[in-house]
Amino acid sequence: MSYNELRHFADSYGLAAMLLVYLTFVAWAFRPGARRRNEQAATMIFAEDETPQAGEGDKTHG
Amino acid sequence: MIDLTARAGAFLVAALVALIAAGFAQDSGYAVHMGILCAAALIACWATLRKADYNAIARGLLKMPDEGRYDDDPVRWGVIATVFWAIVGFAAGLFIALQLTFPALNLGSEFTSFGRLRPLHTSGVIFAFGGNILIASSFYVVQRTCRARLAFPSLARFVFWGYQLFIVLAATGYVMGITGAREYAEPEWYVDLWLTIVWVAYLAVFVGTLVKRSEPHIYVANWFYLSFIITIAMLHIVNNLAVPVSIFGSKSYSAFSGVQDALLQWWYGHNAVAFFLTVPFLAMMYYFVPKQAERPIYSYRLSILHFWSLIFLYIWAGPHHLHYTALPDWAQTLGMVFSVMLWMPSWGGMINGLMTLNGAWDKVRTDPIIRMMVMALAFYGMATFEGPLLSIKAVNSLSHYTEWTIGHVHAGALGWNGMISFAAVYYLTPRLWNRQRLYSLRMVNWHFWLATLGIVFYAASMWVAGIMQGLMWREYGADGYLVYAFSDTVRAMFPLYLIRALGGVLYLAGGVIMVVNVWRTIRGDLREEAPMSDAAFDPARDRPIAPRPAATPAE
Repeated sequence: MSYNELRHFADSYGLAAMLLVYLTFVAWAFRPGARRRNEQAATMIFAEDETPQAGEGDKTHG
Repeated sequence: MIDLTARAGAFLVAALVALIAAGFAQDSGYAVHMGILCAAALIACWATLRKADYNAIARGLLKMPDEGRYDDDPVRWGVIATVFWAIVGFAAGLFIALQLTFPALNLGSEFTSFGRLRPLHTSGVIFAFGGNILIASSFYVVQRTCRARLAFPSLARFVFWGYQLFIVLAATGYVMGITGAREYAEPEWYVDLWLTIVWVAYLAVFVGTLVKRSEPHIYVANWFYLSFIITIAMLHIVNNLAVPVSIFGSKSYSAFSGVQDALLQWWYGHNAVAFFLTVPFLAMMYYFVPKQAERPIYSYRLSILHFWSLIFLYIWAGPHHLHYTALPDWAQTLGMVFSVMLWMPSWGGMINGLMTLNGAWDKVRTDPIIRMMVMALAFYGMATFEGPLLSIKAVNSLSHYTEWTIGHVHAGALGWNGMISFAAVYYLTPRLWNRQRLYSLRMVNWHFWLATLGIVFYAASMWVAGIMQGLMWREYGADGYLVYAFSDTVRAMFPLYLIRALGGVLYLAGGVIMVVNVWRTIRGDLREEAPMSDAAFDPARDRPIAPRPAATPAE
């Protein structure tokens, strides 16, 4: 494949394919069914605070 | 026992190979480096033999890690290394700022000249300070968000020590004049190879921990960390493809030439900004800001949008470093367009971080760590607005090669990377050493104000210096000749360089306060101090209103 062919491929099909993949990834997070999962994911980092492990020390301080 | 002997033997062989290489060395720098490698291998051998639990081996017991506890040793070392390299990197920066102001500080020696100390500063702050907090925080966050112990414990220790060895080799190389002369990738070929090994081990530890996670979902911070590790591996390998002159010499030549080499270098350079200084620090933001604010991230969806937008856009922005060069025009425009587009996701991420504090804004007043995080995000927003602005060709024709660029970089580095790292260090230290709290919150507050004031002095003076410099360079007289010589601009910038150095002094002073605070926290001291905020209480007024006797009318 020559440089020119590669460049034409990159700025047509390549670009379109990248855009499509990007939009799919984003749409997947924004689909209505993802709302509950997103909420779960956002709050999972606090799960460890609810069940303090022995010897873990005080967790409320910064 | 066989395993132990094999390991110690491997280190001994490595030491021997390094010693032989030192003997065949073609230049003194290479010999010194092989000497350092030999010493490092011997120390590793000694540590392996010393730390082994011979009683357990004798009884045929295999020491298994306790899967019910997080493996925090590498994180603890990482926090200490972060604080240590911060001071080294900041001090080097202050020193070269003073060299620009007072050239006599080059001290007349090649080893202390600006050209050799500058990469020491840039690599010191980016890779030593930044890299250590990234590795340490990623090991901390990936364990917490996966609720799993770190995979491959000995590999994780190798990553930490191997990375420190990389830093030492890079730093000593710069001072000795060994350089590949590629911006932010100055180390020579054998140091690059070493970093590649360490980095692949890092990837294995991180992915291994993700694989053994007990949470179904991979928290978004880990996406950012993982993209950092993978992309840096790719950038590092491609950018450093080179042919050494001799395997016993430090010099190598790039596999590319001309404008291809330049573009490759800035493809690396800008993506180092993107995937080393932005994406993994955002990972820290997505974990530590919600944790410290005790509220979930404002919008998880927005964080995903933020992630994919940065991944798809950032990789194309590099050509904006080569405006008005031999690079084809379309490539320059491409770099500019993608840089301008980056403004949106960057601000989306900033808003996501800031809005996490919605309903808890009072914490900015009461919690200096939150204050640092908010300032970090504010500077992230400022730097990611200024960046697209500077990438526009018309603006770039004024700003390029001037101090404006330096001001821009430092607004991002000191404001965003520095502040969020300090906040993470302050978050991690009491938790890692099992302390009730930090030694002093008021010292965090002092650090915050010193650093903020330092950045203001730095950025403001560099804006003025840069725009002045740019305008002076393009000033034509009526006769069509340039009005100013280069030396005129240098003289004009003297007071601004002085102000910049003052900013550096303040920023370094804040760093020294952090050292004391972290040191005392690790020791377990608690400073007796008034709390940062308290509800107003005045005992003198804490009494009922007594009925006053009615005044007797005068007769």
